[in-house]
Amino acid sequence: MSTLDTVRSAMRRDEVFESLKPDINPNLNVSKDIILYLDDVSVSFDGFKAINNLNLYINDGELRCIIGPNGAGKTTMMDIITGRTRADTGTVYFGQTMNLLRMTEPEISNAGIGRKFQKPTVFENHTVFENLELSMKCDKGVWATLFAKLTGEQRDNIEQVLVKIGLQENVMLRAGSLSHGQKQWLEIGMLLIQRPRLLLVDEPVAGMTHQEMEKTGELLTSLAGEHSVVVVEHDMDFVRSIARTVTVLHQGSVLSEGTMDEVQNDPRVVEVYLGS
Amino acid sequence: MFLKKILKDDRGGQVFLTILLVVSILVPLSNLLVPEGSTFHLSTYTVTLLGKYLTYALLAIAVDLVWGILGILSLGHGAFFALGGYAMGMYLMRQIGDRGVYGNPELPDFMVFLNWSELPWFWQGFDQFWFAAVMVVLIPGLLAFVFGWLAFRSRVTGVYLSIMTQALTYALMLAFFRNELGFGGNNGLTDFKDILGFSLQSDATRVGLFIASAVALAFGYLSCRAIVQSKLGRVAIAVRDSEDRLRFIGYRVENVKLWIFTFSAILAGIAGALYVPQVAIINPGEFSPLLSIEMVIWVAIGGRSTLYGAVIGAILVNFSKTYFTGAFPEIWLYALGGLFIFATMFLPRGVAGLFKKNEAAQA
Repeated sequence: MSTLDTVRSAMRRDEVFESLKPDINPNLNVSKDIILYLDDVSVSFDGFKAINNLNLYINDGELRCIIGPNGAGKTTMMDIITGRTRADTGTVYFGQTMNLLRMTEPEISNAGIGRKFQKPTVFENHTVFENLELSMKCDKGVWATLFAKLTGEQRDNIEQVLVKIGLQENVMLRAGSLSHGQKQWLEIGMLLIQRPRLLLVDEPVAGMTHQEMEKTGELLTSLAGEHSVVVVEHDMDFVRSIARTVTVLHQGSVLSEGTMDEVQNDPRVVEVYLGS
Repeated sequence: MFLKKILKDDRGGQVFLTILLVVSILVPLSNLLVPEGSTFHLSTYTVTLLGKYLTYALLAIAVDLVWGILGILSLGHGAFFALGGYAMGMYLMRQIGDRGVYGNPELPDFMVFLNWSELPWFWQGFDQFWFAAVMVVLIPGLLAFVFGWLAFRSRVTGVYLSIMTQALTYALMLAFFRNELGFGGNNGLTDFKDILGFSLQSDATRVGLFIASAVALAFGYLSCRAIVQSKLGRVAIAVRDSEDRLRFIGYRVENVKLWIFTFSAILAGIAGALYVPQVAIINPGEFSPLLSIEMVIWVAIGGRSTLYGAVIGAILVNFSKTYFTGAFPEIWLYALGGLFIFATMFLPRGVAGLFKKNEAAQA
């Protein structure tokens, strides 16, 4: 914002000063049925525009798939939402009130946005149970953690998630010794137990067998409704099997949006994917 | 109850504490009750030496807590050790009173030598033991807190952090070498006479200090173990393994690091405070970066992230140091190097790794 704009916005009489607006509202407000707003977001790394005037809105409770060729900015977009990368311009709001651009990673996570990384990152030296215990939604301050005790309710919670991700048999196993697919599920479980409102899932079926893929698809579709889920994926068959709405990213902005069929018949999408 | 809960899954810890208990009963007995000349008599020199090892062991536990559990390779723990030592040294200095060479009841000898006319403000209060004891905890803790607050908030990690800790202790060493700073410069603080009214030369005081070191070591071990057992311990190990991931789960990694680092520095300070009356001197050499690196070697040889491994390492290395520097002074450094290479090649998980071959969880 230029100086002139700053002065102008300070003079407006229909709004309070920018600095007086609260950044973090502990109560997520989804009264407009939209849980995530990205408006005109741009990011560049050393002159390369990874995200270019991106506008994206995610409805509360929907399952959205995001596809796009390599370098389309899918992972960067997730980095911006979770606070890992700062946007150069634009606004990112969680619900009506929470300005994600001014929050740190732990704050965003505690506000209700969970993220699964592209490469499964579980804590390899901890057991499956401990992985879930660490991720659980609770007070995560140092003192609270030092004196933390598992309540019965929390135990039940972990139990439920274990059933959901199908790892009941492996509770006491080190996470490092799980198979690739199991690690992916464990990571999804670690997301679930945080009870997020919005799940960002980056390539959940990379390196999975067909059976595992099917199971993952079922898991993700069962989550929609209670949670909003954003899935970034390369595998078209998988996307087709779970998606209701698909967004295609290309060179950092939205190229096309709609159902899988609409998107696949969009000539611009065909061009990007198959080359002109 | 409490003790039982902490040590439940800690076989090594149980063995270690039992041995420590037996040793701290037998050593005083064989020094004070067994007559001199008997095979079972321990000389006071040996008791003091053992006491010194125990303070090193406490220091090693502090290093293991931040390195083995939290994953911060601190090459500057000597700084906290020495600061604790200086706080104790200042108390012991004030206890000399007018028995110094210059007989000045108020000023320590080196200040008289420097022609200072009155006690600097930062020496006030050190004639009281309780004040010195508070400072032993406060000064290293505060330094670690400020250093950690700056370093962890700006997300300095890995080698860069290690180099900064190294620079910290080096800078303190250079500062303490200066006479103007008012801590005895090059010579440090020495010529101590008594502690809490007991003469430091007497056997009973020496034994008392030995027992105090053993008690401090036991408490240090138990408190570290309590942290490792708690959820905070699991979070700390997660910080070590994948700190980025932990942030996205919602933990403030910098706070976890800050508090454990500070706690570890306090333990190191206490170790230093018990070390000084037993060796009867503290000088800026204790800040030397080399010593801080040696501490890391103790932990590496003993076995990282087991806590009792650190104790084994500290005692093993320092015992061989005492032996080699006495018997073959010229080869000590080669022996230390050889020990380190041997441990890296054949005992990747240290001596403690021998005891728990199949427990993969502590890898």
